[in-house]
Amino acid sequence: MSDKKVKRRDFIFTTSYALGAVGVGAAVWPLIDQMNPDASVKALASTEVDVSSVEPGQSITVLWRGKPVFIKRRTQEEIDKARAVDIKNLKHPEKDEDRAKNPEWLVMLGVCTHLGCVPLGDKGEYGGWFCPCHGSHYDTSGRIRKGPAPTNMEIPKYEFVNTDIIKIG
Amino acid sequence: MSDHEYIPKSKLGKWFNDRLPILTLANHLTEYPTPKNLNYWWTFGGILTFCLITQIVTGLILAMHYVAHADLAFGSVEHIMRNVNYGWLIRYVHANGASMFFLAVYIHIFRSLYYGSYKSPREIIWILGMIIYILMMATAFMGYVLPWGQMSFWGATVITNLFSAIPLVGESIVTWLWGGYSVDNPTLTRFFSLHYLFPFLILGLVVLHIWALHVPGNNNPIGIDVKKPSNDTVSFHPYIVIKDLFALLIFLIVFAFFVFYSPNILGHADNYIEANPLVTPAHIVPEWYLLPFYAILRSVPDKLLGVIAMFAALFILVILPWLDTSKIRSAIFRPLYKQFYWFLVADVLILGYMGAMPAEGVYLLVARVATAYYFLHFLVILPILGAKEKTLEVPLSITEPVLGGSATTSMTRNNLDKNKI
Amino acid sequence: MKSFLKFFLIISFFCLKVSFISAAEQTEKLLNPGWGFKGFFGKFDRGSLQRGYQVYTEVCAACHSMKYLSYRNLSETGGPEFTKDQVKAIASQFEVNDGPNDDGEMFTRPARPADNFVSPYPNEKAAIAANGGAYPPDMSVLVKARKGGADYIYSLLLGYEDPPSGLSLDDGVYYNKYMAGNKIKMSNPLSDGLVEYGDGTSATPEQMAKDVTTFLVWAAEPHLEARHKIGFRAIIYLIILSILVYFSMKKIWSRVESKI
Repeated sequence: MSDKKVKRRDFIFTTSYALGAVGVGAAVWPLIDQMNPDASVKALASTEVDVSSVEPGQSITVLWRGKPVFIKRRTQEEIDKARAVDIKNLKHPEKDEDRAKNPEWLVMLGVCTHLGCVPLGDKGEYGGWFCPCHGSHYDTSGRIRKGPAPTNMEIPKYEFVNTDIIKIG
Repeated sequence: MSDHEYIPKSKLGKWFNDRLPILTLANHLTEYPTPKNLNYWWTFGGILTFCLITQIVTGLILAMHYVAHADLAFGSVEHIMRNVNYGWLIRYVHANGASMFFLAVYIHIFRSLYYGSYKSPREIIWILGMIIYILMMATAFMGYVLPWGQMSFWGATVITNLFSAIPLVGESIVTWLWGGYSVDNPTLTRFFSLHYLFPFLILGLVVLHIWALHVPGNNNPIGIDVKKPSNDTVSFHPYIVIKDLFALLIFLIVFAFFVFYSPNILGHADNYIEANPLVTPAHIVPEWYLLPFYAILRSVPDKLLGVIAMFAALFILVILPWLDTSKIRSAIFRPLYKQFYWFLVADVLILGYMGAMPAEGVYLLVARVATAYYFLHFLVILPILGAKEKTLEVPLSITEPVLGGSATTSMTRNNLDKNKI
Repeated sequence: MKSFLKFFLIISFFCLKVSFISAAEQTEKLLNPGWGFKGFFGKFDRGSLQRGYQVYTEVCAACHSMKYLSYRNLSETGGPEFTKDQVKAIASQFEVNDGPNDDGEMFTRPARPADNFVSPYPNEKAAIAANGGAYPPDMSVLVKARKGGADYIYSLLLGYEDPPSGLSLDDGVYYNKYMAGNKIKMSNPLSDGLVEYGDGTSATPEQMAKDVTTFLVWAAEPHLEARHKIGFRAIIYLIILSILVYFSMKKIWSRVESKI
């Protein structure tokens, strides 16, 4: 067999393998992607909440993307408490001003960042939330102060459509 | 399995192989001596394996999104078609995949009939194959019920009612199958469960089918026993693998055409109407792959006898190795059998056509004649042929089909050439 | 090799034949205005889809539901492709039931894009009662649920005629030459200028029938364009790979046999 022939054979084999691999990849992708959120789930990615009936000090819980969102209308005392904290001492330093654009309203994903339980309101050593699963204490800004959770409770993307309606997502 | 003992080269391989001889198995599969004259009709075994795996994988995925409930099933299928990422693709592959699976299995079966692959020493392979075929039909039938359209519902009603033909216990059996007094939610959920289970039974039987095949080795177009390994054989890898792959790709082109350009052509429009127990569609027709048996069922005017005839048409295939008494395997050397073989092919196609037609007038008459001929072929023609047919001389090996006498030789040659791809 | 390919053609032909058998029973030949969505590169005409949606909402939706579609579908690629804001405006015209609220009461609110199309009747029985005993079928997959598909729907919409002499029709029953049995409980839904198209297209019955049928085809098969696109690529890919594998096979087999 001449050199030239060997080269041609190798070329055919290599191209076949390469093209075959591309095809297998293309065929496998739909099988994987089908497990991602489908179009109907994605369409529900945002929700609007009417908060006109929430009094200062009260908190409501709404379901967004299958998870609880705490919407808390904070009292002045709670706001002051949250803003007085020196963030240098925090495990996950974040200013309350960055977490609650409108200081009266704290909109926060009610999921403990430790292992995903739902913390209880008005509990714990910092007057905020307390997760009963493994004892994480959050302050009135939803920041982790004590316990195993690594980060503060997450703030979702939200906006005030008007003074009464908050759009989450 | 293999004639020679396989010893892995690496130390780790040997250590592992001594405990679980999977490398020996892999070696057996790659070096498996295969007759080198296998034509493209032999590639359908590989194609069928591909079909089974495709059905299992796409089916697993559909089961992630499908809801087996009479009120929700139809909507959940629409959800798959509309919302799930690539859901339409996966469902169309699964639905058309069933048709492709049957297309391939029919070719596989008729190849076996032509080349006498069911004969000694391969009877067990054949019987396992027939059990797989029957399970495939059961699986396909139950799968068709799941979208809970009109054809699903009424097809399920008609087919399950077949069992009511059994004297004395028939009615009780049907009620038991339904889990109620008609096809309803309990029927749907049990069909879903069994539709999920059966493919794995089929998979297990396929392993046995291949295992049984690897004992005597493949039959081949000239139907002689091949000494292996020898000049007449090639190793399975790469020779047969690459040929199977090529055939699979051609098959996939046809498959893709159906999936992407005519995905509903093999189904029935009525199945896009949600099941309604109060309205029966004008024509109830099973899927195309069940039509020949449906024609046999309808061509007998008695309920019980019709059901018996239909199941007999299947059972007769199971005992085929003992009905065909000819010692010669391949139709190449059986001039009369070859003609009757093509009559049978035509007969089955006619039965299929009649199964799709209304059971009345000339259609019914033709269906009856075709049904009679079907049984005649297996019960009368084959045994007589085995005794009376004058067969041609069979060569001793694949590489040297020459026997001596020049007249016979040239005749054999011609026949061989004709059957070359 | 050749006989192998030939065989595939024959089998494919046979499959097509079998599936056409029942279609051949149709007595009247169906009309076909020429659909752009058929064929290898078939695509929908956006304008036609948008007009078709207008005909559906203004004419059909009074009786026919379309419960498997959501308003958001109207802005998705491959469909009428209204803008997101247009879809929001469309959805907000409809009232949907929601609840219970915190007081345990059900309430209505304007629909959002994520909501399904609002049905004209609360349930099937109500639809039957309001339509003289005939159920106006849900239109979500109607095109796929009828033999003849798009051609059939188009023909039916234009198939109203005076009944032949000697045939008397009950009240609320109409003669249509494409309907099975020729009797239909839906009165002729289309008349000249019934809707006013925003793009200036003249609203003849033929135009409206074509537009609404196109819309219904999309509704039944919203991923048709993606399917055609992916399908074309897949088949080209398979053909190229087949050729490559064929030559690989020749090379490999040349070690043992000259011919394959």
